[in-house]
Amino acid sequence: MLDISDLTIEKAQKLIASKQIKALELTDAYFKRAVKLNPIINSFITITGDAARDQAKKIDDLIANKQPISPLAGIPIGIKDIFSTKGIKTTAASKVLEDYIPPYDATVVTKLKDANAVILGKTNLDAWAHGASGENSDFGAAKNPYDLERVPGGSSSGSASATAANQVLAATSTDTGGSTRQPASFCNVVGLKPTYGRVSRYGTVAMASSLDTMGHITKTIYDNALMLNTTAGYDPMDATSSTKKSEDYTKDIEKVPKGLKLGLPKEYIDGLDDKIKNVITSAAKKLEKLGVKIVEVSLPYTKYGVATYYIIQPAEVSSNLARYDGIRYGNKRDAFGPEAKRRIILGTFTLSAGYYDAYYLKAMKVRRLIRDDFINAFKEVDALICPVSPTLPFKLGEKASDPLSMYLADIYTVNINLAGVPALTVPAGFVDDPSTSSGQVLPVGMQIIGPDFSEKLLYQIGYAYEQETKWYETKPKL
Amino acid sequence: MNYEPVIGLEVHVELYTKSKMFCACSADYFGEEPNTHTCPVCLGLPGALPSPNQQAIDWCLEIGLALGTKIANSSKFDRKNYFYPDLAKGYQISQYDLPFCSGGEVTLTNGKKIRITRAHMEEDTGKLTHAKVDGKSVSLIDFNRSGVPLVEIVTEPDFENAREVVEYLKKLQQTVRYLGVSQADMEKGDMRLEPNISLRKKGQKDLPDYKVEVKNINSFKFVEKAINFEISRQAKILDVGELPVQETRGWNEQKNATVSQRSKEEAHDYRYFPEPDIPPFTFTKEQIEKLTKKTPELPAAKLERFKKDYQLSQYDAEILTRDLSSADYFEEATYAGKEAGLTPKQVANIIINKKPDIANILPATLIKNYIAANQTAPVDKTKLEKAIDEVLAQNQKAVEDYKSGKENALMFLLGAVMKKIATKLDANLLKSKLQERLK
Repeated sequence: MLDISDLTIEKAQKLIASKQIKALELTDAYFKRAVKLNPIINSFITITGDAARDQAKKIDDLIANKQPISPLAGIPIGIKDIFSTKGIKTTAASKVLEDYIPPYDATVVTKLKDANAVILGKTNLDAWAHGASGENSDFGAAKNPYDLERVPGGSSSGSASATAANQVLAATSTDTGGSTRQPASFCNVVGLKPTYGRVSRYGTVAMASSLDTMGHITKTIYDNALMLNTTAGYDPMDATSSTKKSEDYTKDIEKVPKGLKLGLPKEYIDGLDDKIKNVITSAAKKLEKLGVKIVEVSLPYTKYGVATYYIIQPAEVSSNLARYDGIRYGNKRDAFGPEAKRRIILGTFTLSAGYYDAYYLKAMKVRRLIRDDFINAFKEVDALICPVSPTLPFKLGEKASDPLSMYLADIYTVNINLAGVPALTVPAGFVDDPSTSSGQVLPVGMQIIGPDFSEKLLYQIGYAYEQETKWYETKPKL
Repeated sequence: MNYEPVIGLEVHVELYTKSKMFCACSADYFGEEPNTHTCPVCLGLPGALPSPNQQAIDWCLEIGLALGTKIANSSKFDRKNYFYPDLAKGYQISQYDLPFCSGGEVTLTNGKKIRITRAHMEEDTGKLTHAKVDGKSVSLIDFNRSGVPLVEIVTEPDFENAREVVEYLKKLQQTVRYLGVSQADMEKGDMRLEPNISLRKKGQKDLPDYKVEVKNINSFKFVEKAINFEISRQAKILDVGELPVQETRGWNEQKNATVSQRSKEEAHDYRYFPEPDIPPFTFTKEQIEKLTKKTPELPAAKLERFKKDYQLSQYDAEILTRDLSSADYFEEATYAGKEAGLTPKQVANIIINKKPDIANILPATLIKNYIAANQTAPVDKTKLEKAIDEVLAQNQKAVEDYKSGKENALMFLLGAVMKKIATKLDANLLKSKLQERLK
């Protein structure tokens, strides 16, 4: 049988194009692994065997007929179960939508299908993308492949765990307050939160519309850039998508711009857990060795981020979830879980007459200041590097009963969504934790944050660092 | 009555765009099979997003410009959150604090100016029907109307009676039809009317402490009835020293009365906030100028021009400018009329009296037919003049009567001339000849 353990999109694509393997073989190998590991990791809500095989056969026919194929052709991927997939159940991990089958594809899904990627299944998540652990899924929590007693992070829990466990070569994800970057950090994979408007939101169940971005998770930086090549671009169906032309993100990925200057924001380092701080500072040193200049910068409004985020986000959530009334599709509203109910109530309250000015309007003003923080920082430096999560991957159940501490886990990620700028999570090392029963070390990621539409630069920085460190080669013992 | 009515008006006008406000579905839903003009967007399916219809926005601005409003430099859509089964998304995309158009006015024939507070865009809802299916009472929802563009036009409480309201409504209807942005067909629900009515003591300047809104009326006749009903209902309450309840009422056609629907205590908190799915708008001077140039001649201007250029009476000009097609028809006909030796006034009379089927008879054909039908034997000019002289001399009393304003006397004189000549004459020509002589 085909050995897929070391594959990346880049490698698999070469094997398919050179006819060393058939797309169907690749799909079958990933399908088997996905099915085999799912009872342990719970990365998938739905696994789509037959449809995936049909798609793979189609690509083999294209190759047999000497048709040109895209870099994603035949690549088995997961789709976070919040992107609408025509004819395939899309649940948002909520009982409300447990039987809902969309009649249309999200734009990202259409683009991936057009690129002939093979959709292997719909990945698990915190219901409605509310959460940072995956435990809010109504279909059971996904597990961290590096330690099955720990969470893979959230809300894109299944996309991160499936990629890390090599059940897929890549998976789509969303990022409203860290939902791509934090699970990528917890699972030693690469996660992109693109610039707001870079990737169409059309067809993805909305969480907080002004913050939602459509990302993806891969093993390597190059693979991540390949995915963005397909998903990025203007979509007339999403009025907030940007008309700015997208780029070839893999082109010149190995080149680091000369005289590059990166900032370490002190608000993200002060008071940080020592073990995580060590990872970030040694990553900074590694980059310095590569000729990058590192300076300290300040983003003074950082501390207001979580408070601002937890006003704006639930307000939009409360409105976006209003359509789930059980009249046209889905189950009745009593099927909402506790976290969704909490956000609906919070948001309804902050938008109410007499409170709007004090909460929502005020938060929108602070949001502007937080964005200004980033704009000002980017006058001094080309990009920022900082931690993704204040903690290591925590144990399942550890924070489940304390929603506030779960919210505070978003401290290093939400500001980026409030500002709308892009950020990339890159694996940055491993830390041992005495409480780890399996004896495995736990992954830690770092974020590279850039100005609007600087995805290409983020990839170049990430690529240079990745070539030096190759943390992606450290696989989970499964 | 010791009270003075204070009446304001909200009117929803459905635009006649090809597609809906936020999706590509056809907006022409009237009489269509339920739920056939739908898509993920107007059904509010998970993940669907609105993309605004530029045509609808331009048309809203054109309405605003026609009503003399100012177009906002920057504007946005907002979400109006409320639950109702016909509202697919659980919120309506509307405009709250920054409407596209604000601050205009409309002048009534009595010279009174009605101030326009604002005109904004929003989307229509689906439609609920309560029916019996297999013996069971059910509620059915048709989403064909969901997302059809609406313009809401709000006035200040400047009306004093139902007559003024109806005149304003007719003007508004005429205006949107002239602009070609709505069919404004009452029967199809293209215009929905919501008067708010309250009473104050005569001479009092402040607005009353309450107001009663009557929702969703679909005819000018009912709006008149509803206002008059409310005026007498509220007067009776005030007469016994009480204050009418601030509430929303509906017009009940069977009862010929307004009935309470919702009181202030049950009023919605719509939790408005800026629609995050649609970026804000800025309208440049150039954009607005372009739209202004595109705006056709509006009813009031056309009426004045008809009076001036064609020497028509107010009455004739009003009839001919009531809708754009008859105004255009008249102007076309004046060309053909000129060749046939008819004055615009004569052409106007022909159109007003004959009420031709303007969709099927060309203006030139109308004139040709008219001339043919009134083909008369040529009359010796001197013979005719002589006959007129004689008739006028013999009928001094009738001449006096006509000069003192009795129009009938002219017809008498006309008959007398006809009789004297004893041949068939073009009555209209003779009439104007007589009028000329009697000036």
